[in-house]
Amino acid sequence: MSESTATTDRSSADGPESEGSPEEAGRDFGRLMREITQSDLLVVVFAIFAAMLLGGLLVVLADKDVLATTGYFFSRPGDFFAAVGGTLSSVFTTMFQGAIYNTNASDVAVGIRPFTQTLTVATPLILAGLGLGLGFRAGLFNIGAQGQIIIGATVGAYVGFAWDLPVVLHLIVAVVGCVLGGAIWGFIPGFLKARTGAHEVITTIMLNYIALNLVSFALSKTAFQRPGSTNPQSPLIAETAEYPLILGSAYNLHLGFLLALAAAGGVWWLLERSTWGFQFRAVGANPHAARTAGMSVSKVYILVMVTAGALAGLAGSAQILGTEHSLTAGVAASFGFDAITVALLGRSRPLGIVFAALLFGALRAAGPALQVQAGVPVDIVLVIQSLIVLFIAAPPLVRTMFRLPAPAHVKEVAA
Amino acid sequence: MKLELRGITKKFGDFTANNKIDLLVEEGKIHALLGENGAGKSTLMNVLFGFYDADEGTILLDDEEVVFAGPGDAMAAGIGMVHQHFMLVPPFTVAENVMLGHEAVTGFAKILDLDAARATVRELSERFGFHLDPDAKVEDLAVGAQQRVEIIKALSRQAKVLILDEPTAVLTPQETDELLEIVKQLRDSGTSVVLITHKLREVQAVADTITVIRLGKVVGTAKPTASREELASMMVGRDVSMTVDKGTAKPGDVVLAVKNLSAKDESGHEQLRRVSFDVRAGEILAVAGVQGNGQTELMEALLGVIPTTGGKATVDGEVITGKSIGDVLMSGVGFVPEDRTEDGLVATFTIANNLILDLYGIEPYSKGLALQPAAITEHAERSVEQFDIRTTSIRATAGSLSGGNQQKVVLARELSRPLKVLMASQPTRGLDVGSIEFVHKRIIQERDAGTAVLIVSSELDEVTALADRIAVMYQGQIVDIVPADTDRETLGLMMAGAHGEDAA
Repeated sequence: MSESTATTDRSSADGPESEGSPEEAGRDFGRLMREITQSDLLVVVFAIFAAMLLGGLLVVLADKDVLATTGYFFSRPGDFFAAVGGTLSSVFTTMFQGAIYNTNASDVAVGIRPFTQTLTVATPLILAGLGLGLGFRAGLFNIGAQGQIIIGATVGAYVGFAWDLPVVLHLIVAVVGCVLGGAIWGFIPGFLKARTGAHEVITTIMLNYIALNLVSFALSKTAFQRPGSTNPQSPLIAETAEYPLILGSAYNLHLGFLLALAAAGGVWWLLERSTWGFQFRAVGANPHAARTAGMSVSKVYILVMVTAGALAGLAGSAQILGTEHSLTAGVAASFGFDAITVALLGRSRPLGIVFAALLFGALRAAGPALQVQAGVPVDIVLVIQSLIVLFIAAPPLVRTMFRLPAPAHVKEVAA
Repeated sequence: MKLELRGITKKFGDFTANNKIDLLVEEGKIHALLGENGAGKSTLMNVLFGFYDADEGTILLDDEEVVFAGPGDAMAAGIGMVHQHFMLVPPFTVAENVMLGHEAVTGFAKILDLDAARATVRELSERFGFHLDPDAKVEDLAVGAQQRVEIIKALSRQAKVLILDEPTAVLTPQETDELLEIVKQLRDSGTSVVLITHKLREVQAVADTITVIRLGKVVGTAKPTASREELASMMVGRDVSMTVDKGTAKPGDVVLAVKNLSAKDESGHEQLRRVSFDVRAGEILAVAGVQGNGQTELMEALLGVIPTTGGKATVDGEVITGKSIGDVLMSGVGFVPEDRTEDGLVATFTIANNLILDLYGIEPYSKGLALQPAAITEHAERSVEQFDIRTTSIRATAGSLSGGNQQKVVLARELSRPLKVLMASQPTRGLDVGSIEFVHKRIIQERDAGTAVLIVSSELDEVTALADRIAVMYQGQIVDIVPADTDRETLGLMMAGAHGEDAA
């Protein structure tokens, strides 16, 4: 009761003349975005918990051993619960072995391989997630990491296979190429928003399609096509442009991971300790007050999108220079979209994003093992991811489910 | 109908908005509920109207206990409420709005019986001299007329007790007088009226009984014959001076010069038409006018929030129109926006960060790209002390502050750099008496330090208290600029469009 009246109170306090105007609707949308992108830690934790719970339920329901026992549930319920327990424990064991430490391995060096795989998968997620989180903090709901990764990877790939440069320099130039590619792809929606007011959700989604089809188109041209192959894939990039493997050739973990951690530190400094970040956060939290205080909101939009694009471009470099080594239309996999979840889960804060990316990296790394060893379809990982987003996007739902207190600002209005 | 509240307590979490409040409204009397913003007046009325459930206490109508589950129950029991923000559907006609929620239908075809609603409007309108056309669209009506529609709405539902929540906040002085006349008529026809307000003048003019509440508690009752000082000190809990102490202005050279300034709002309507005036160093020019007559646009055009379509403004001879907001601010203009929560502060930022919202880019608060936390903290601590900002910590969010303290944050920030011009819109809107005193004192201090001050206020009391000269705006134009001692009557007429000499 009190919460619903509080919301009524707030809307009625906006004054008669402004009610229902498009600007007002825009403000409500912004408020909603802020609530979703910077939700309470409690909501995030419970959203993960709820998603895991529902995911587990789905796994159990789809398991054939469990299904078999439901036929005679009432005569021997013990069998049913044993089957449920068996399925769940095998799923969680497999996930642990697939993502963190393989207990069946002959030695430690092999045992930790799943963990390094988790870190490797987390690398592009951290980088793209940082870019998106930065945008969220500035009030920009950037959906375009996917396209920015693709364009970044495309430029990086070209530098990698077409140019012949000395060691170290080649890698640096290729990374810069990735960053520039992503930054340009981020600049476009930022510029459009600043100049024309075109909403970034729409423009970034469309630019994702353009990027995807652009790379497919490029791969059909001789400049990008691998000689002697009719498949749409580029030549392998030169070894001089590859990220060095930091734990040796037995593992896939590459320098990009350290770069991602450094980027997380950099983004933290940018947001919390620099005048740019001060403007980003002010514009994100209250663009009207930011503007009245003399900040250029347009400039902030462009700067944020360029930085976000550059970070997504770095994510592209992790893919092309770190793991893939050859450009295909699927170079970005679904990292650009998963990064949205990662940024939401990390509450748009650098440290949170690193942890969220590690969680997702672990889920992804465990996927193949789940399929092979536990017979659980790999899609369950996607289902869990989607459930997390769903729960985070509906904070009142999570609060109601777990009887969490309402956030402070709702109470304030009521008082 | 007699209305009685006994021991009403309403809590929001740890916060007690109403603490054992007793209130007795006699039949056919005007009962004023006097208190500062945030004293708990509106909460009490929302409890009475069924919006909130009281944690304790009972409501009695004619000595019988009643329980309201929602506004519908309260209305059915004969309680009508006119909210501060009208609950009308703008594109609907007066008659449609009046029937909204209890639509009558014709006997056979079951279609809306608009004629019945029209008849009701005409009948009530005539009885109380409202001059309302039942077929006029509400969006075309003046604010005062819209309020009368709300009153008719309540009366058409046989309201025996009418609650008016801050009814005069949006009215011109003349409209206010008209409303107070209507309230007296209602009383004489037997309706009980609860008048919620923080304006002493109105209370003294019409109330039969006055109940003063402070911090959620009834602090006493008073007779309407009580002096303004007595009422104010009951409301605030200490002695307050009702007049602003200020010496005579010593105007210097013209600092802010505005010539033929015109501007359009976002939807392309011309809101500012060839406005010209000067403000000298060391004087306060206050712009009076009913809200929505271009004052907001005047400030926004000067600051550069909206583009100008003609004319120019200069500060110390340098043109500021056409510059970016940041450049205008940095050329020595301090700005206190009308809507401080929307435009003046970032509610989720700390007080410290809000205090550098337009200073973050200059030394010592930043060097190059890097913010300097030590300087920011020091600045915040100094401002909190100098401006008496009541907070537990400079790391608390601005949103956690009361309105008065929020305004002090805005003021502290704007006055913390050397100013040539201070522009303040509605500087004390929604503030308690204590904060109003403080803000006024600071503004006068700034004037005495030689700053040119431009104030926009829709509170005539504030205009007359602060101004050295008064400019009255009507429909985007300056009607006239008159001396500060011009009487309220004349100002009121000018606010309705009459020129100075006609009005006087």
